[in-house]
Amino acid sequence: MSAFQFTRTAIATEQLRVSLADPACGGYAAFEGWVRDSNEGQRVRALEYEAFEALGVREGERILAEARARFGVAHAACVHRIGALAVGELAVWVGVSAAHRDEAFRACRYIIDEVKHRLPIWKKEHYLNGDSGWVNCERCATAPTHTHPDEATAHRHIHDPA
Amino acid sequence: MSSSPANGHPGDAPLLGLVLAGGRSTRMRTDKAALRYAGRSQLERAMELIAPHVERSFVSVRADQTEDPLRARFAQIRDLHANLGPIAGLLAAQARHPEAAWLVLACDLPLLDTATLANLVRCRAPQRAATAYRSSHDGLPEPLCAIWEPRSAARLAAYVARGRQCPRRFLLDADVLLLDEPNPEALDNVNTPEEYRTAMSALPPETTSDPKHITVQYYALLREQAGRRDEALVTTARTAAELYAELTQRYPFSLAPGVLRVAINAEFREWTAALADGDAVVFIPPVAGG
Repeated sequence: MSAFQFTRTAIATEQLRVSLADPACGGYAAFEGWVRDSNEGQRVRALEYEAFEALGVREGERILAEARARFGVAHAACVHRIGALAVGELAVWVGVSAAHRDEAFRACRYIIDEVKHRLPIWKKEHYLNGDSGWVNCERCATAPTHTHPDEATAHRHIHDPA
Repeated sequence: MSSSPANGHPGDAPLLGLVLAGGRSTRMRTDKAALRYAGRSQLERAMELIAPHVERSFVSVRADQTEDPLRARFAQIRDLHANLGPIAGLLAAQARHPEAAWLVLACDLPLLDTATLANLVRCRAPQRAATAYRSSHDGLPEPLCAIWEPRSAARLAAYVARGRQCPRRFLLDADVLLLDEPNPEALDNVNTPEEYRTAMSALPPETTSDPKHITVQYYALLREQAGRRDEALVTTARTAAELYAELTQRYPFSLAPGVLRVAINAEFREWTAALADGDAVVFIPPVAGG
């Protein structure tokens, strides 16, 4: 089983937790990202995720390998939902097991932060008022000079070398 | 456009780039920075490669090279010490910007790829003295494709003051994060005319504008604006940037290239990457995972 996966069905967290168990590990940390009922002042009814899966799995595996190398954790895994999700559903799960808690917490935080910035996955929100929009894309479109905080990291500004 | 984000975390020293072009190229018997690969000099290729991964980049030169036309095009940092080898370039850079970390690149790595640099930047350990690759040939640290943190400067200066000048030996005794190379050939350096010929033949030929068969897949907002998930087309575009420009003539794309990234054959690539017949291209809108 690949440590990074996309899934179109509910994420089986208990099964994933058990897969990270290791007698050498004394710490386990997990993060769950849930679909929230509001975003930037709009009431969210539902959302859909769409991913470029071939690249997404490679990039996801790279993020997990970096977390293992950088923090020395034993096991790391991540599953991201794609398709239509309702408010309250689990959208992304990250789990890490390690000898001690500190590296488990830090690796877990690293993975979810990198996943949000780097994975080729897109989120379309459907609002209660009937509107919908691709998160981080619509504002770029209407105001090309605007930089979303996420993009400031994902697309590092290149300074003039002169 | 970055092929991979430079993950500056708050509190990390800003990352600047330094391409070392002050060597004497003794074994090559000609200036290694001026050697041409796929139609461009190695110095130009190295400066272009490093740019997306750093905030600013400089070319490191000897005092007698500042007027050289190849080197004069770029922001320079001049060596303060003579006959010290590559470590002189690093010392001068650390003296000029003591607050910065330096992504240092030798000018004789024609096979170096952006994935290798992106991985180095991603795995950077700012709390250590340096982050470097472990050579796939001898297991030793590679000092000239590495990130040198500001905290390495005092010990490096003391090392040189003791009469030492080998950066590899310095790293062996320093607090360094060593990484495995994602592409084992990326750090093969070129020192002799024979190695130059071998490296040239390993690189793709100069880009052409011959018609190419390309497939394009569209996702998210671009899929909606194109009104399709994918298409096969014949194009004379030489690069991904030219292809996007061509497609914006056909579709009402609202996203500027500056907010998009590019993947070719399911790997992140530069906008300037040459297209080849049969390539599968994806333009990646701003992402929103989690």
